[in-house]
Amino acid sequence: MKLLTGNDLATGDVIWWTGSGWSLHVGDAVDAGAEGEAILARESEARRVNAGYIIDAEQGANGPLPLHIKERIRASGPTVRADLAINTDIPIVRA
Amino acid sequence: MYRYDNYDQAMVDARVEEFRDQARRRLAGEMTEDQFKPLRLMNGLYLQLHAYMLRVAIPYGTLSGPQMRMLGQIARKYDKGYGHFTTRQNIQYNWIKLEDAADILADLASVEMHAIQTSGNCIRNISSDQYAGVAADEVTDPRPWAELLRQWSSFHPEFSYLPRKFKIAVIASAQDRAAMRLHDIGLELVKKDGVIGAKVFAGGGMGRTPMVAPEIRDFVTEDEIIAYVEACLRVYNRYGRRDNKYKARIKILVHELGVEEYRRQVEEEFAHMKTLGIDPPVAELDRIRSYFADPAYESGLSEEVNRSDPDFALWLDRNVVAHKQPGYAIANISLKPVGGIPGDATAEQIELMADLAERYSLDELRVTHAQNIVLPYVRKADLYALWKELDEAGLGAANLDRISDIIACPGLDYCSLANARSIPVAQKIATRFAGNGKEAAIGEMKLKISGCINACGHHHAGHIGILGVDRKGTENYQLLLGGSGAEDCSLGQITGPGFDENGIVDAVERVTDLYLAQRSEGERFLDTYRRLGMAPFKEAIYG
Amino acid sequence: MVDHLDFRNGAVSTETPVSIEEFLGASNATAVRIEPGEDARALLPHLDRLALVEVSFPVFGDGRGYSSARILREAGYQGELRASGDVLVDQLFAMRRSGFDSFAPNAPLDPAVVKASLERYADVYQKTVDGRRPVWAKRHEVA
Ligand code: SF4
Repeated sequence: MKLLTGNDLATGDVIWWTGSGWSLHVGDAVDAGAEGEAILARESEARRVNAGYIIDAEQGANGPLPLHIKERIRASGPTVRADLAINTDIPIVRA
Repeated sequence: MYRYDNYDQAMVDARVEEFRDQARRRLAGEMTEDQFKPLRLMNGLYLQLHAYMLRVAIPYGTLSGPQMRMLGQIARKYDKGYGHFTTRQNIQYNWIKLEDAADILADLASVEMHAIQTSGNCIRNISSDQYAGVAADEVTDPRPWAELLRQWSSFHPEFSYLPRKFKIAVIASAQDRAAMRLHDIGLELVKKDGVIGAKVFAGGGMGRTPMVAPEIRDFVTEDEIIAYVEACLRVYNRYGRRDNKYKARIKILVHELGVEEYRRQVEEEFAHMKTLGIDPPVAELDRIRSYFADPAYESGLSEEVNRSDPDFALWLDRNVVAHKQPGYAIANISLKPVGGIPGDATAEQIELMADLAERYSLDELRVTHAQNIVLPYVRKADLYALWKELDEAGLGAANLDRISDIIACPGLDYCSLANARSIPVAQKIATRFAGNGKEAAIGEMKLKISGCINACGHHHAGHIGILGVDRKGTENYQLLLGGSGAEDCSLGQITGPGFDENGIVDAVERVTDLYLAQRSEGERFLDTYRRLGMAPFKEAIYG
Repeated sequence: MVDHLDFRNGAVSTETPVSIEEFLGASNATAVRIEPGEDARALLPHLDRLALVEVSFPVFGDGRGYSSARILREAGYQGELRASGDVLVDQLFAMRRSGFDSFAPNAPLDPAVVKASLERYADVYQKTVDGRRPVWAKRHEVA
């Protein structure tokens, strides 16, 4: 599946497309299917997302999980600072 | 140290307002991200893996107690309570909001600091020797030259859109503590017939194609240094490659033209530049120099240090180095506690270091390219009290230039360009060697880790270097041996196939075991490697 | 919004600039256009017959045009020096300092923003070709 991610323009927070808006939690993300480019263009224009892009993901136990480690770390927070984690239950390395 | 006059202050204040306006225009949608990006980068604001990251310049690594205190306050007020000291003597904050960025720059300006040109394809922060002004072996203090270059390079109209970033280092000792020859331009101040001038090296760098800078001129006097550097830059700006970002650094130009031809072109441009009167009068360098005059050292201080506390004695032997002034010492604060994050410090630690500088080091600190902090003016009589306070705050690691004093870039935990994580590898290696007790026996060891080929962690210059690569979507680590960023500058060679995270830790141990078994009297790891060559190490690793 | 900026009190050329090749050929043109990779020094023998040099910026990040401009001014060129193409408001200050005195940006500029960005810095650190006295000259009262 395809997820949309980017950063909040003002705060820089990593955000994920939920189908109707943006969430800090990858677990809220939805498959954007073939609509990705169109949604990103619209949302960037409206400044609801900055530097957005499309990534590949799979369904995990608690919702979608990015395939690539880089996006998993974006979803979880730095792996060396558990105290700052957004999500502690994201497996960083794919099983 | 240097203090801003009204001109300098007005310059950074204007910059804050300029950026405030640019950020406002971006937030209001008057600019696209493509248009805004180069502008924010010129102010050190990146969009990183998790958030905006702000890189603050610490010119030539020197800062005052109040400046350090402000860095701590910023960490607390605008970030998540910590900052990261980098290999270019800067500090980075990882969790910055665009809407706060101008306020942070204003706070920095209030203590004569800025983030100007800490990113972008322009002349970056000028780096220098962390022991400048206090080293016994220096010809002169290199920082006045560095400050002259800082001012010259700030908002340089011709060189704001270079083919690629441009890094300059200035040193003034035969011992190179700043990896000078791995910079785009390196200046080594030397004395010739009683006159101080600069020996110029150009075209060094790390990254995808590491190169040690060749010498391009043996002497430039202080009244012509701006014309000369400007000539170097103009040739680069006109002829440096712009078709491929990996071939755009000056090292490629110097390499492709050949040193002789690059030198010839620079000399031609220099002859022209000298007619333009672009060099400040020597009185300007003298004005700057007056700020770097020796402090009023106390005389008759005790040389005695009570070594009865063994932990203190260890720190003393490892982290304290000789000062040019009797009765004083240079104290290194390691930001590499075993298992910690190299170069990270909390707001509280930063503020404590500011306080300690005020009480024990004439209110001055230095940042090193090895991501540690230096207190340059400590009375020997105060060393024990200083160490006590450092130790209580988790800043007492006695490991300078040892295997656990690892340089590591932020890697995939923070950096969007990364292929692999650097920090966990550093943590595992430090923990392994703390556990196996071999650190002391190994002695001097410079271990450096980068999370990608950009080499922010200087892996090519490590006695042992580690490079994170992406192998079919998983983190993989290559091992390099034999690099040095010091005066015996050399580039590390890759041993062979890479390893996973645990494998690389094992490989490092095998390499160091071989060294311990094979070394001759007095040899550092690097010396043994140079004597034996790669083959036996390869055998030990892949066997 | 304006699509041309002129700091020459109207003394701007209306001629369509020719390529450097054409100019150096038999042409009697008085306006020439140079691209980033072209050598501004090739024009130096002909400065007295030039009324306009247009320096092209296909992308703002290619800074070779700044060197071209300074080289021409350093050689004494007095005619119109125009930056054209991907010229953004935040670059005008550096361009003015490098010797440009006219601008033909792809996207029109807001005159108020232009004015603010050109007036932002009261002083400069470098001596270039714009006649401004750098701070080191002011500090030491030298010309
Ligand atoms: S070396 Fe690569 S991973 Fe490390 S900080 Fe630099 S760009 Fe990022």
